Amino acid sequence: MDEENLHRKLSSLRKILERSGPFCRPDFEPSPESLKFLMQNCKILVVGAGGLGCECLKNLALMGFRQMEVIDMDVIDLSNLNRQFLFRHKDIGKSKAVTAAKFINDRIPGCNVTPHFCRIQDKEPEFYKQFHIILCGLDSIIARRWINSMLTSLLVYNDDQLDVSSVIPLIDGGTEGFKGNLRVILPGLTPCIECSLDLYPPQITYPLCTIANTPRLPEHCIEYVKVVQWPRENPFDCCIDGDDPQHITWIYEKSNDRALHFGIRGLTYRLVQGVIKNIIPAVASTNAIIASMCCTEVFKVATSCSASLNNYMVFSNTDGIYTFSYEAEKNENCLSCSHSIKEVPLKSLDVKLKEFIDILKYDNAFQLKNPSITAKISGKNKTLYVENIASLEEQTRQNLSKSLFELGISNQTDLIVADSTAPSTFTFKVKVSD
Amino acid sequence: MIKLFSLKNAKKDGESPKTGTQKKASAAQLRIQKDITELNLPKTCGTEFPDPDDLLTFKLIICPDEGFYKGGRFVFSFKVGPNYPHEPPKVKCETQVYHPNIDLEGNVCLNILREDWKPVLTINSIVYGLQYLFLEPNPEDPLNKDAADVLQNNRRMFEQNVIKAMRGGYIGQCYFQRCLK
Ligand SMILES: [Zn+2]
Repeated sequence: MDEENLHRKLSSLRKILERSGPFCRPDFEPSPESLKFLMQNCKILVVGAGGLGCECLKNLALMGFRQMEVIDMDVIDLSNLNRQFLFRHKDIGKSKAVTAAKFINDRIPGCNVTPHFCRIQDKEPEFYKQFHIILCGLDSIIARRWINSMLTSLLVYNDDQLDVSSVIPLIDGGTEGFKGNLRVILPGLTPCIECSLDLYPPQITYPLCTIANTPRLPEHCIEYVKVVQWPRENPFDCCIDGDDPQHITWIYEKSNDRALHFGIRGLTYRLVQGVIKNIIPAVASTNAIIASMCCTEVFKVATSCSASLNNYMVFSNTDGIYTFSYEAEKNENCLSCSHSIKEVPLKSLDVKLKEFIDILKYDNAFQLKNPSITAKISGKNKTLYVENIASLEEQTRQNLSKSLFELGISNQTDLIVADSTAPSTFTFKVKVSD
Repeated sequence: MIKLFSLKNAKKDGESPKTGTQKKASAAQLRIQKDITELNLPKTCGTEFPDPDDLLTFKLIICPDEGFYKGGRFVFSFKVGPNYPHEPPKVKCETQVYHPNIDLEGNVCLNILREDWKPVLTINSIVYGLQYLFLEPNPEDPLNKDAADVLQNNRRMFEQNVIKAMRGGYIGQCYFQRCLK
């Protein structure tokens, strides 16, 4: 595509970015620089190359974003093809991230999508640090929470003041059937995922006694086989793998016996698969709608052309179309984003752990009551001392007479401290004067 | 609202400030440490940590001092997953017990362990819930249906069965191992 063509193609973006308007943020300065930034510098990470990820990559690329990376550990399955439109039948079994990146790069000249075929947990903080914005389209709460805590751990504070340049905005979209949601998170500034964990609906579970004695639904029978019969008979000597047809067949047969016994109808192989893998049917239109909103938010954050969503939006198209947005509140005691790194000045690392704890208890600056201390030391979790639980106290008591140096603690170590006087945990760092 | 990117220094590579780039403790880990620090065990309960550096795996020991199960010693295993507290810990009873709400494989029917779990609940809530099961076994929500029927129809016999099981012996077809303190 030549320059002129491109110029024409992006003319609608220019109208937004090169002139002012009633919805602009006060700090917005119309100029061609915004578009240049968006096309040349703005680095975006798309987490997940599934239903939402495909839509988002396509939207962002067509909006002019060029520097994108995409991370996904999954490979393409036949059942993805109806909505994950960057994939074709011949791609089955290949990496979603690699295939999606190639499709976009081939289709949109100048676009440079770099794929990562791995788990998000395989990447180091240095990797996440390089992005301006992270866009999440995941179906897993664990993964969302992981990204969230990665981004809060990258925040930098100088004398208790958040260094704004360390904030990496997180745009998080999610869909479930005909429902979806979207949130814009500025870690350290606005509510994070952990601040409002209650917003995520729990998985449907049934009372154990119901599924054991008075099952009424085919799901009850499947759940019973899953939580009671499988551990009891352990047919394949391993945990249930929802992708293993042998496992699903075994569960199907057992739950079918049970359904027959209780006169319950409607048990199918597909239902077993759905319950075991916790599949909620994906709806292409819901994905498209949520993805378009996600990308609009990315665009707004990247260019400041308009105020961001503040900060949570729910969407449903079960009966007509419904949207509602509201401001979720930051939890001042959030274990993830509330800032509480405290420095403890020490003469040297020869200070014994007992003396260190006494400082936390009796120094006017801290005044803790029964601090428990853990730390990550050479990559491993270490419980240094727990006072209030008799068994742990006994097991960790010998650490009290060791020096911080002997315990492997340095200026760099994050000491995680919980105390019954505080609703949140603290991170302490020792500061040795020389 | 703050302006996050100044376009003049929009380059992001390498120059970012000296952050702690070491991996932080996971959200589940922070939360379980807080739960444990605030754990207020009743005098009938104790804990065991097979590996004190792993706070996500531990055992709770309950020795009821009143009710049907007085004198017994019951061990529960707790496994706290990476999605805690969005999901509850997995709790199993490792001691064979003749109890309407605990089956012979150690599954426990306690609402807050499954359908009524909420992230605001803590390990403490579960400890109290389990302790309550021994004080007030509930025949309405049975997992061990035989035991529940006996409790409902013949409290005296239920009491005797519990004692027999705790001493070690057969109740019907099922052998219970001794679990007296
Ligand atoms: Zn938070």
